[in-house]
Amino acid sequence: MTKDECKQVVLEIIADIAPDEDLSNVKPDVRLRDQLQLDSMDFLDIVMELRKRHSIEVPEKDYMQLASLDSCAEYLTPKFNALPAKS
Amino acid sequence: MNTRSHYDVAIIGAGMSGLAAGIRLAHFGKKVCIFERHNAVGGLNSFYSIAGRKFDVGLHAMTNFVRPGVKGTPLTKLLRQLRIERDEFALCEQKQSRIAFGPRGETSLRFTNDFAVLEAEVAARFPAQIDGFRALTAAVRSYDDVSLDAQPISAREVVRRHLADPLLEDMLFCPLMYYGSATERDMEFGQFVIMFKALFLEGFARPFEGVRLVLRVLLEKYRAAGGERRMKCGVKQIVTREGRATALVLDSGEEITADHVISSIGAPETERLCRAGFTPDRSGLNPDLQVGRLSFVETITILNRQPAALGWGSDTIIFFNDAERFDYARPAGRVDPRSGVICLPNNFDFGPGRELSEGVFRVTCLANYDPWAALPEEAYRAEKARVFAEVQRSARRFLPAVDDATLADATLTTDMFTPRTITKFTGHFGGAIYGAPVKHRQGRTALSNLYLCGTDQGFLGIVGAMLSGISMANYHILQRG
Ligand SMILES: Cc1cc2nc3c(=O)[nH]c(=O)nc-3n(C[C@H](O)[C@H](O)[C@H](O)COP(=O)(O)OP(=O)(O)OC[C@H]3O[C@@H](n4cnc5c(N)ncnc54)[C@H](O)[C@@H]3O)c2cc1C
Repeated sequence: MTKDECKQVVLEIIADIAPDEDLSNVKPDVRLRDQLQLDSMDFLDIVMELRKRHSIEVPEKDYMQLASLDSCAEYLTPKFNALPAKS
Repeated sequence: MNTRSHYDVAIIGAGMSGLAAGIRLAHFGKKVCIFERHNAVGGLNSFYSIAGRKFDVGLHAMTNFVRPGVKGTPLTKLLRQLRIERDEFALCEQKQSRIAFGPRGETSLRFTNDFAVLEAEVAARFPAQIDGFRALTAAVRSYDDVSLDAQPISAREVVRRHLADPLLEDMLFCPLMYYGSATERDMEFGQFVIMFKALFLEGFARPFEGVRLVLRVLLEKYRAAGGERRMKCGVKQIVTREGRATALVLDSGEEITADHVISSIGAPETERLCRAGFTPDRSGLNPDLQVGRLSFVETITILNRQPAALGWGSDTIIFFNDAERFDYARPAGRVDPRSGVICLPNNFDFGPGRELSEGVFRVTCLANYDPWAALPEEAYRAEKARVFAEVQRSARRFLPAVDDATLADATLTTDMFTPRTITKFTGHFGGAIYGAPVKHRQGRTALSNLYLCGTDQGFLGIVGAMLSGISMANYHILQRG
């Protein structure tokens, strides 16, 4: 998975948990919280959807790593690539 | 090998809070089952049929209405958390509501889903208080009401710091108490803030089809997420060992087990399932297990025409009072008709050409459970008829005059519920719709894997109950992984 694909995965999750947000212009280097109305309940949902859909675990101490799309990609891409290949 | 059913989470009660908790948990892959004693879902907010006519229980209005695009409020949070699209609830806004005080409602404050209307009304009727009202509003807006561990303070005290006119003070408290106070005479300030936002800063709406639509959406989400539900299947005992709930005994005698149990039935009601021989504490010696003192009656009048045809077309909800001071407390007699709530569900804005097929005129007043509970069946019926007339007569003073003959001619049928009805159908002790006065914001109980949600966790009303289920499922189960 590339970092761009990883950002896409995160955007898809946000689109599902916050269908009322416009995601067409999300800036990758700006904190998600600063450009979208996401609260702590929504961030918890991003973490749980990552686990549910992709078996990716994000421990609580790493939640800050999900602040922006860039930091998500930085942090999550290696985790995606470390998953056992899907058969 | 154990052949009993085992669940990750068992939920007691399929009311708004239990269903919402169930949706969250099932969505994230937990094996969940909701156990409901009644044959219908919805609990305090449900519907029933008599002679082919459907009556709604609960739902005058869904509070917390905000228009599309407004974010970060309870309604939008709960839609997101339950993955419900806004359009699925198809909410229709109120026309206007009123707070009417005095023997004929001489002092009145109108409010709509636009807060500026209430502000202008306060400025016009209470010019000396408008600065204080604005300061109070600012204090409400900046208060962190979702904190689960805030210290309780008296809302009356806070409000009096801003407002010097007891009439205005009572007029503001009246709707907030009727729609969300489990305590008499005063509220905890955090609860006041929640209700002030829910009614005044946000607003009222309902789906055209009423509570049935809300329930259908919730049930469909729950089913699609893989949640199980067992109806006519009450829990009669929670088996405890070493500080944990280890099994649930169902009314049928069957036992099931679960890693976590969430109970939406109330704190003393849950305690009774844990301890054989427990009787609810009416003395108040154990404040954690007190039974709520507040209950209600509601009269329902079905009309053969729209209320507008009687001149009752403008108001959606009217909160009325004619007592010297508004007295939100358990009445000495069976009912206190001096104050109450009128709901005319036809007066939501359902869009051009769309109206409810029949007119509905509902009135809620404070009631005292004990004298109702003690009545033998025949006397109970007679009292219902007497109180019905008393409540309706009192409420009509706050509506444009319609003579008795005209109203009688317009009436197709009537029904009424009492504190006794509430206990019979929802199991809440004392007919206490808003539960016990002491709330358990964190939902903890004496058992480490048993949590409360709904009424006695403390987020009240339809939207509140759903948020309560969501928060407790998140806090105690999903957040822990
Ligand atoms: C007349 C009336 C008008 C109202 N009007 C409004 C309104 O206009 N707007 C608003 O927002 N709110 C309104 N409410 C309040 C709202 O209905 C409640 O706050 C909300 O529905 C509470 O939901 P809950 O899930 O906490 O509890 P409940 O609905 O009480 O759910 C508990 C469920 O548990 C079940 N149960 C009990 N014991 C057992 C057992 N041992 N085993 C299995 N199941 C059990 C009960 O049958 C019930 O279904 C009104 C309520 C009433 C009664």
